[in-house]
Amino acid sequence: MVANQHKMEALADRLSEEDPVAGRSLWADARRRFFANRAAVAGLGILLVVALFAAFGGLIAQWSNEELDYAVMGAIATEGAPSLSNGHYFGTDDLGRDLFARTVQGTQVSLMVGLVGALVAVVVGTIYGATAGYVGGRVDSVMMRAVDILMAIPYMFVLILILVMYGRSMTALFVGLGLISWLEMSRIVRGQTLSLKNREFIEAARATGVPAVTIIRRHVVPNLLGVIAVYATLLVPLMILTESFISFLGLGVQEPLTSLGALISEGAGTIAYGTIWQLGFPLLFFCLTLFGFFFVGDGLRDALDPKDR
Amino acid sequence: MSLLEIDTLDVTFDSADGAVHAVNGLSLSLDKGETLGVVGESGSGKSQTAFAILGLLARNGRASGSIRFDGKEILNAPPKVLNRLRADRIAMIFQDPMTSLNPYMRISDQMAEVLMLHKGMSKRAALAKSVEMLDAVRIPGAKDRIRLYPHEFSGGMRQRVMIAMSLLCQPDLLIADEPTTALDVTVQAQIMSLLRELQTEFGMATMLITHDLGVVAGFCERVTVMYGGRVMERAPTDPLFDKPTHPYTRGLLHAVPRVDQGQDRMEAIPGNPPNMARPPQGCPFRPRCAHAGEDCSVMPPLAPAGDGRARACHRPVEEVAA
Amino acid sequence: MSTPLLSARDVNVRFGITRPGDMPWTKPRRLHAVNGVSFDIMPGQTLGVVGESGCGKSTLARALIRTVPATGQVIWEGREDLLALSPRKMLAYRSDIQMIFQDPLASLNPRMTLGQIISEPLRTHRPDLSRDEVRTRVARIMDRVGLLPQMINRYPHEFSGGQCQRIGIARALAVEPKLLICDEPVSALDVSIQAQVVELLQELQRDLNLAILFIAHDLSVVKHISDEVMVLYLGRVMEAAPKERLYTDPQHPYTQALMSAVPVPDPKIERTKTIIPLSGDLPSPMSPPSGCVFRTRCPRAQADCAETVPAPGTDVHRCACLHPGPLSAEEVA
Repeated sequence: MVANQHKMEALADRLSEEDPVAGRSLWADARRRFFANRAAVAGLGILLVVALFAAFGGLIAQWSNEELDYAVMGAIATEGAPSLSNGHYFGTDDLGRDLFARTVQGTQVSLMVGLVGALVAVVVGTIYGATAGYVGGRVDSVMMRAVDILMAIPYMFVLILILVMYGRSMTALFVGLGLISWLEMSRIVRGQTLSLKNREFIEAARATGVPAVTIIRRHVVPNLLGVIAVYATLLVPLMILTESFISFLGLGVQEPLTSLGALISEGAGTIAYGTIWQLGFPLLFFCLTLFGFFFVGDGLRDALDPKDR
Repeated sequence: MSLLEIDTLDVTFDSADGAVHAVNGLSLSLDKGETLGVVGESGSGKSQTAFAILGLLARNGRASGSIRFDGKEILNAPPKVLNRLRADRIAMIFQDPMTSLNPYMRISDQMAEVLMLHKGMSKRAALAKSVEMLDAVRIPGAKDRIRLYPHEFSGGMRQRVMIAMSLLCQPDLLIADEPTTALDVTVQAQIMSLLRELQTEFGMATMLITHDLGVVAGFCERVTVMYGGRVMERAPTDPLFDKPTHPYTRGLLHAVPRVDQGQDRMEAIPGNPPNMARPPQGCPFRPRCAHAGEDCSVMPPLAPAGDGRARACHRPVEEVAA
Repeated sequence: MSTPLLSARDVNVRFGITRPGDMPWTKPRRLHAVNGVSFDIMPGQTLGVVGESGCGKSTLARALIRTVPATGQVIWEGREDLLALSPRKMLAYRSDIQMIFQDPLASLNPRMTLGQIISEPLRTHRPDLSRDEVRTRVARIMDRVGLLPQMINRYPHEFSGGQCQRIGIARALAVEPKLLICDEPVSALDVSIQAQVVELLQELQRDLNLAILFIAHDLSVVKHISDEVMVLYLGRVMEAAPKERLYTDPQHPYTQALMSAVPVPDPKIERTKTIIPLSGDLPSPMSPPSGCVFRTRCPRAQADCAETVPAPGTDVHRCACLHPGPLSAEEVA
């Protein structure tokens, strides 16, 4: 069949002239898709603005979050309204404290609660779920039944108990949220690991003798990161919501610290006196943050969707 | 007049990397009761052709050109027309029967539904006809097994059920897209001989889409060989296998592993299948072809070459077939 | 005669099947996936293992590399029983036996570059090598299997099926194994690419004196690469013989049926040949038939087939059948 040597050589030359494109990883593909998604980019922009506000808002505030402005006290409804002249950009709260500084501080706390909760979920949930899923068998059964049992406990009740017993501190709040946040994550990660475990590339690694810990680290976790990233971005707003609910009940962080939830609670309480800004500004930042995270989470999910690979 | 007449069909998909031309200027025709094999490897556009006929292209796909069925234009016809056509006059069987059977419905209900919908039969008559059809595809104990769910059948039996279902309305055209690829060889042999018998019995025209030249050899009267979305060669079965005149057909025939004593070695075709997002200019087979020259950067037309054969190649027959 | 590289004796694999909803103390049902399989592989030779789905061919391969638990003996170079080794000791042999898989893309981690994938076995088994040495070796092996050097930083999804299989082969050969287990390495590939991969494997075998265990679901590809062929059905050896003997003079009815079923790309042969029909479906491996497991579908089955389990014997041409020999025209009809 070989026509002649010369032709075959020419053929081989042509075949080797493939374009030397640099490798484009799945992550790069996902990034391209993410940035093509307008809602996701807008969400990212919003989050950036909120983060900048929380980080540097304190620098432009004219008042601290603890000072009482005696000039407006007693006439909050008229004197405490938002104004540039007296430095209360967002007005004051019912006690005459600067609402701008309070909102900056509240946003910091809320973001921190959300991020710490999600971080605990990511670290604990991933390790726990990946281990259970990869090892399998009895170990898996025992580990996952433990999660089932923990999930069966009404967590809000436990959270409130912790806050009541150990006092209303940031640490207690973090511990409480951390305890519950990883459960769902570990279930998701375990499910994904189970399906990954039967993929041939994991089998190839096992056949070569790669140790189990290395397989989890090198082959399992990187392939889970997409799911984890999506779930984590959606978990942040959930944590913020939970904290707000606790604060709304009056069990959140302690004064003079505050959170968006606590500010909303206060604002809602005084709405009858015509101080609508006390509810409006915290609520605005609360909504912006939640929307931002949800948009980014949705965008990530679409970008990392395995169907589109 | 032919039953199915496809004229310069183009199928294009919009993707993130730009337009992908899955099928390029495909023309073929199929007479009543004829068996045509469409052979090609992955990315040759053979399955997309079938989907275009039935109006089943993915949402980002567009088809242009002309597909006439029984004299009527059906390309991009309204869903209502296509729905009536599908199952009633054109039936299709797929590689994986599980995708086209509803796992939550008994076979009896799924089969009867087709008849009640398209033929307006009563439930009792439809059931009787369904059992008859299952008998025809040699399912033992059809009367009882019709009450089962799809997952209670083995892979081969499921494909038989699929075939029975596709033949319920006695279609004029059966399109079989890789019907045996997912099956074991012994089961494949059974299914192919069953299809052969049914074809003679019912006399429907059949378009067999496959990558397997062996399956085509035993089943089809004519063969169309596709590569990179274009027809490379088309001929009646015997001359095509006896004396392939296109370098690709030749290469493919020499690459197939055979169990009989016909050939000692599998001869590889060098290179890789074309990336359809960036197809080579001109003849798609050019980068892998041992006979390629400068002129191949222009796609050769599909020209008649005697014996009812047509080929798309710049090289003369004598040079390739030597 | 020289010592076999690997010699399997009476290898058995049993799985315990628990159904969802079973209580933890319910005794799992037994599935005998591989049943008393014995064979030898000589250095530099190829053993083809053929069987349809559910015959235990893939399980057998995984038993050899001990990713599924098995009983029996697998003697390596006449010295060590691999099945009796502790996992730690087994590690030393893992670089001698490497494997390539059916689905070329699925066997490569989508998050790793080609260079990382091919170097993984090296990093596992040769931690003493420096980064530069690893890089040189990877470059050498890539060149050997026909991958271009500039591909090293690309990811698997950017390659076609045939190229992915080359990557799989490169990964397997990076640690210079003596035995390469190929689990249906070409069935997922296009016909024109299948021949390339088979050609490459044969070339590598010649140059590296590699022994190959080649698993396939039909008898066609195996014919072109094997020195010896073994046919499995429901976890048991039906027939095993040197290639020429098996293809010219198959004794077992199953082998003959399997051979007649493969379509031949020649219309004249294909239209006239007789296909030996196998009646019914594959029996459930949970409750295999008594006696000969093939008897329920065998055109020649007789009363004694239900009582005695036929032994394959120990000849060069082994055949586990009480009534071997070519099927006559009446039996086939």
